[in-house]
Amino acid sequence: MVRTVLRISATAFAAMIGHCYDGLPLEACGLLGGRAAPGAAGRATAPATTVDVFIPCRNADASSRTYAIGPDGWRKADEILPPLGLDVVGVAHSHTHTDPYPSPTDVAKADNPMLAGWHYVIVSLRDDAPMVRSYLIDGGNIVEEPIVVVDA
Amino acid sequence: MPVDVRLPTVLRQHAGGLATVKANGDTVRAALEDLVLQFPQLRGQVITDEGVLHRFVNVYVDDDDIRYLDKLDTKLSGAETISILPAVAGG
Repeated sequence: MVRTVLRISATAFAAMIGHCYDGLPLEACGLLGGRAAPGAAGRATAPATTVDVFIPCRNADASSRTYAIGPDGWRKADEILPPLGLDVVGVAHSHTHTDPYPSPTDVAKADNPMLAGWHYVIVSLRDDAPMVRSYLIDGGNIVEEPIVVVDA
Repeated sequence: MPVDVRLPTVLRQHAGGLATVKANGDTVRAALEDLVLQFPQLRGQVITDEGVLHRFVNVYVDDDDIRYLDKLDTKLSGAETISILPAVAGG
């Protein structure tokens, strides 16, 4: 798998962390609106996907162990992103008591051609400070990518 | 009375580019079968050939996941909106 970078705007990053804390004691989730990385061929640097907008979504599972994005979240994405020329490029969710690493359920659910190329951001709230990591997950392969927070 | 069925972006290409279509049926299964009659390219994309919900999608009646209702046998009165969504979920 090609090495990539996730560049996320400071506004989206702060909104994502805030939404995860607001969701406690449940897992929180939201869609990432941005632009997918262009092809990597012939590039000197790792292709960067940008995230400009965080779309907070209700956890349709209303659970502290699992999450699902329901129709309300997708409706918001459909309203907000197309006028900005952005697409859904991934999803963020919190782990309330565990590492910021994909769980077996995360990996199983990511095995979905409808979500090809998606970026999976996990926000762990286990410790005093949030731990945020991003992954590409493909057919059971988990590859972490660096997150760069950029000024909007 | 037909219900509205909202399609995810990736499936709209199989439904003439439409985001929302009408389907008839008094259960979710019947409405989804009617959807496939109208748009044969959707066959196998939502309900598998074995007759179960495809694991790549989640189906909601209004704001409720049918997994927590009566699954594909969930009854419809005609006033609902069915949403077919990519299964974005995890633990």
